[in-house]
This record gives sequence, C-alpha cells and structure tokens, in this order.
Amino acid sequence: MNIGESVRIALDGLLTNRLRALLTTLGIIIGVGAVIGLVSLGRGVENFIAAEFQGLGSNLLFVFSSAPANGTRTTIQPLSTIEAEALDNPSVAPSVGQLSQEFVVPALVVGEAVSIQLGVSGVTPNWDDVRSWTTDKGAFISAEDVDSTARVAVLGTTVVEAIYGDKTFDPVGRTIRINERVFTVIGVMAEQGGGIGVLGDQNEIIFIPISTAQTRMDRARTRDGGYRVDILNIQAVSEDRMDQAVREIEAYLDQAHAITFQGEQDYSIISQAELLNSLGSITGVLTVFLSLIAGVSLLVGGIGIMNIMLVSVTERTREIGLRKAVGARGSDIMLQFLIESVILSALGGALGVALGWLLTWIGGQLVPDLTLSVTGDAVVLATVVSTFIGVFFGLYPASRAAKMRPIDALRFE
Amino acid sequence: MFKLFKREAAPPPSSEPKAVIDVREIAKMYKMGDVEVHALRGVNLKIMEGEFVSIMGPSGSGKSTLMNILGALDQPTSGDYFLDGVNVSRLSESELARVRNKKIGFVFQSFNLLKRTSALRQVELPLMYAGVSGRQKKAKAALESVGLGERLNHLPSELSGGQQQRVAIARSLVNEPAMILADEPTGNLDSRSGTEVMQIFQRLNREQKITVVFVTHDPWIARHTNRVIMLRDGSIIADQQVKNPLVAGASERPSLADEMEEILQDAYYGGQQEEYN
Ligand SMILES: Nc1ncnc2c1ncn2[C@@H]1O[C@H](COP(=O)(O)OP(=O)(O)OP(=O)(O)O)[C@@H](O)[C@H]1O
Ligand SMILES: [Mg+2]
Repeated sequence: MNIGESVRIALDGLLTNRLRALLTTLGIIIGVGAVIGLVSLGRGVENFIAAEFQGLGSNLLFVFSSAPANGTRTTIQPLSTIEAEALDNPSVAPSVGQLSQEFVVPALVVGEAVSIQLGVSGVTPNWDDVRSWTTDKGAFISAEDVDSTARVAVLGTTVVEAIYGDKTFDPVGRTIRINERVFTVIGVMAEQGGGIGVLGDQNEIIFIPISTAQTRMDRARTRDGGYRVDILNIQAVSEDRMDQAVREIEAYLDQAHAITFQGEQDYSIISQAELLNSLGSITGVLTVFLSLIAGVSLLVGGIGIMNIMLVSVTERTREIGLRKAVGARGSDIMLQFLIESVILSALGGALGVALGWLLTWIGGQLVPDLTLSVTGDAVVLATVVSTFIGVFFGLYPASRAAKMRPIDALRFE
Repeated sequence: MFKLFKREAAPPPSSEPKAVIDVREIAKMYKMGDVEVHALRGVNLKIMEGEFVSIMGPSGSGKSTLMNILGALDQPTSGDYFLDGVNVSRLSESELARVRNKKIGFVFQSFNLLKRTSALRQVELPLMYAGVSGRQKKAKAALESVGLGERLNHLPSELSGGQQQRVAIARSLVNEPAMILADEPTGNLDSRSGTEVMQIFQRLNREQKITVVFVTHDPWIARHTNRVIMLRDGSIIADQQVKNPLVAGASERPSLADEMEEILQDAYYGGQQEEYN
C-alpha cells in the first residue's frame, strides 16, 4: 500500500471528526504559537537593545557609587571632583582618555504653562564628546558656563515637547525655572534613538553646568574639599586598553577610599560590554524560561495526541479487524495511524505558526518601536518539532493497532 | 458423543480436482480462567476446487470457529490446515495477511462495511492492500457482477441490508480468490434478499468455478448447495451431498415443517429439532 492511500485514509478519519481533531491539536497549536511569538519578540527586543547601545561607543566606562558587596563596610564615601580630576591626569591613569563628570539633582522644572519633575544633570563641557551626543539647536554647555556657574540649560527633545508642546520647537533664548531659579535655554540635544528603552527615555534630560548644580542647586561638598560627583563618564584611550583603564581606576579609588579587602569597594565600574552582557544574560534566562513553557505545552500537546489516537484506535477496532481480514499487514495499519497522528500534529504546527504570526503582528502593533517578524528558521523548527511529536506520540497507539489479532478485532463490541 | 456419519478418508488418486481446503485433526481450545472450552475437537475436512458447501449445526457447535480458521483469521490450537497445498498454520503474520488478501474472500453476517465509505471504495480495499493497479475498474466490475453497477457512490447507510451484503460479496471476490467463505451471510437478511445473495453465490460457483463455503441455520438455504456438513460440539457429525440442489429463486420456499422433513432426514441424530435452527 502506498503513502498516498494512507494519507487519504487518515484525512478521511480526521475530517469526520473535525472538531475533535481541532481540540486535540490545541496543545500543539498553543505550544508552537507561543514558541514562535516569543522567539520573534525576544529577537525584536534583542535587536532593539543592541541598536540602543550602538550610540554609546565601545570604549566607554561608567564609574558610580554603590553599596559594598561585603557587609563589613557600610559607609559609602561619595566620588569627588578631586578624585575625578586625579583620574583625568595621565600620570595617575594613563589609560583613561577623556573623563566627564556628572552630578544629578532632582528638580522641579517649570516652563511656560507646565511643570515636570526630573533629574537635572550637571555636567562638565566635554560630556557630549565623551558620550558622542550632539546638539540639534544652539550649543552645549561650555567651559565659560562652568567657570561662571552660569544659569543656562540644554534640553532633550522630550523635555521640549513637554514644555512647549512640540519637540521641533526652538526654545533657544527662552527661560525656564529649575527649582525656583531662572535658567536660559541655550541648546537642544539631537534626538537619541530608542525612546523608551532599558536606559529610560534618553531624551527626557536637562543639562546644566556642573558647577551650577553643585553650588547653586545643592551644597555638595566632600571631605576632601571637593564637590560630590555621581557619575564619571570615561572613555578609555582605546578599546583594547579598557581592562587596563579599569585596573588603574580601581588602584586609585581603592587608595583614595581606603579599601583594603576585596568586596569593600563602595563604587562600581561598568563597561558597555558588561552592560550588554548582563542584559544578554537576562534575555538568556528569559529564553530558557520560555523554552521550558513551550516544551511543557508541546509535551501536553503530544500527550493529547496520544490520548486521542488511543481513543481512535479503540473506536476503530472493528475497522482494523476488517482491514486485516481483507489483507492489510501490521505495517499497513501502523503506517495508517502514524500518518494520522503526524497529520494531526503537523496541522497543529501549521495553525500554531499562524497563531505565532498573529501574536507577532499584534505585538508589533502594540509596541511600534519593536520591529517584529517571524523568521523562517522558527517556522522550520516548529514544523520539524511537531512532526516529531506526531511520530513519537503516535508510535504507541499505532503499534497497538498494528498488533491486534484480526479475529479479536472483528469480534470487538 | 457419537458420529452418525463419517466421510470417506482421502479421495481416489485418479480424481481430477485438487483440494482447496485440507484440514487435518484441527482442534481449537479457549481458556476462560480455569475452564477450557473445546470449540473444535479434531476436525478433518477436505473441500475440492469448485465445490459449493454449507456448514450447519446448533449454536455453539464451532461453526464460526472453523470458518475463522479456514479464513486465516484465527489459528488452531493444534492440527494442520493446508490451503491450496500451503500449510497455513506455519505462516507468519504478514504471510497470513497475504493469504487473506489473495486466496480468501470473507463475507460476514454483519457485513462489516466501513462507515462513510462509498461502495466503490469498500470494494477497492483488498486491491489497495494487494497493491494492484486499475483498482477502480476492477471494483466497478465486481459491483456490477453483484447487480450494484448503479450504486457505486452510495454509502452503507444509503443501502438496504441486502445491498450492503452484496457490496461485501463484491469486496470478497474482487481479488479473484480461490474461495469465498461466508459466516451466516443471509442471517441478517429477509428471505428475498437472502435469495438474491444465494443467486449470486450460485452464479459465482457455476460460472467462475469459485469454491464457496458458508454457514447457515436455514435448511432451505442449505438445500441450494451441493454438500452439507453438520457440526455438533466441535466435531463433524454428518457430511453429505445434496441430491438435487435447488436453484435460487426458481422455486417457492415450502413451509418450515416440510422443509425439515425433506432436507436432512438422514442427518438428524434424533435430538431436538430446534437445535438446528
Ligand atoms: N473468543 C472466545 N473465547 C472463549 N470461548 C469462545 C470464543 N469464541 C467462541 N467460543 C466458544 O466456542 C464455542 C463455539 O463457538 P462458535 O462461535 O464457533 O459457535 P457457532 O457454531 O458459530 O455458533 P452460532 O451459531 O451461535 O454462531 C462456543 O461454546 C463458544 O462459547
Ligand atoms: Mg457463529
């Protein structure tokens, strides 16, 4: 007997029980749909994150205060301008290229008609160089602004939109009030990609001179006679001297903060690569978790198929007997039921691909920032896996059918 | 247990026709827990090519058990069964499937047609498992030969009992088997449909020389065959030629009482008549 006949018989069997066939494959449909939907979502997020970090530059390091890992030390000595200037000195840290200091002040910003709450960043004039950002209108904070503790501000586009209602509006020359003090807008940053990413909205930002932030907005003195600094944005001289730069920074700060034991460090150094890696491990955990869910639902789907195939074999015992009586061999019967279960699960796989595609499409509509698409390899994988499930879980019912003795099968009530 | 009649052992060596069925000391025993049921107790039987044989006997006498063994659907507990000279009791499961497919056409009391399958497809089934080509043409011819040329695409639910049984007969003969075995083929039919089925069997036997063996409880039906074999308690108690076989549809069915009188006077052993019905 040829495969074509077996397929026809199997299809006949399934078509007479359409609803049951559909319900049986539901497990597979959901499993495959979930896998495809989640895989494309995961890929979309990954691409999105990668794109967001692309602008950061690959030789960036961030240094900021953090609680020591080791509980024996509980005090945190803040980073200071004195330390920052020392690290900027090539004789102290030769692998450090450019260094920009950043001091963040929580502030209430009042524009013409609206007020918003955000962290205002006091920065040194080279911040835009270190981070490779540019202004779209006007100019960035200058050295004179810092020297004169000028009350000037550079806005991100989200802030422009919040205050003036239109992010293309040119506010240069206008004034805003930050924590009750009047500032003149001198520039607008070019819009940063990503929007609402893992880094937060990078366009929701206001830059002012760091001296203004440290002296006028806050009394941020430190014990060494400098001012407090929240973040050091550092460019290593080159990408291959990143590790060296980290060691130099650690050597200096460990001494300045009197750190003698590993784990007592009250600061952290993070590179962009590490940031990407930690995000990667988050998506890795997510992937494992999702695969687990998918695996379980495929297993449940497979058991559903096995169950319905056993029912089908029992229901059709007399049919099996008759087929054997007119000359069907065990292998013919085996093939017939195997093909039936493969068709069932492949059908589930196909509908699952459709469901996954639908989920992906809906996801894309809900979050327009993510470019989501179902990839060919996911479809191939789904097809292979569901066919395998059909064979694997159909094997036992089919071999039960094949082993029936014709006379027992014919007598079955 | 006694035997009234014992058939002569082997046929004379000069005889032309060869044995299609040659059964030697076949026994069948079912174990039901501690109880052993002896459905067949050493049956010897030879049926020649082209014979038209009916098997009768009280309920539970082992008729179906014998037919199932003859049809290679079941294996005997002991004894040998030569079908066309091949010892069927020694064949593997897939060889048996081939024997059932090529050599035997089986007709059941309950038709055993597949639901939701057209008459044509039912008849194509044995051809399909034989892997032969031109199935549709052959199946159509078989259906035409049983007078169902106009019902090719009917489903079983759209056919009368007699028509369904004729589809089953077409299915049994489509592979041109050496013999057709039928276990009470007229049992579920009214007498008119039964007569139609008998006409078909007689014609197949007469025109195509197909060996036909069937089980019946009806002495009138049995009178249409050439030879009647009587079973009782798993043994053959009578085996005789019918003197003047009836032609199906040619004569009126007599009253049951007359019928009993006429057909099997010398086969009765004196038990209750009802046992034979
Ligand atoms: N599968 C089985 N298991 C146990 N006993 C069985 C089985 N099949 C048949 N028998 C027994 O074997 C004996 C012969 O049964 P069989 O079906 O051959 O009788 P039969 O002559 O065909 O009767 P009927 O005229 O009622 O069809 C009976 O006693 C029956 O109970
Ligand atoms: Mg019976």
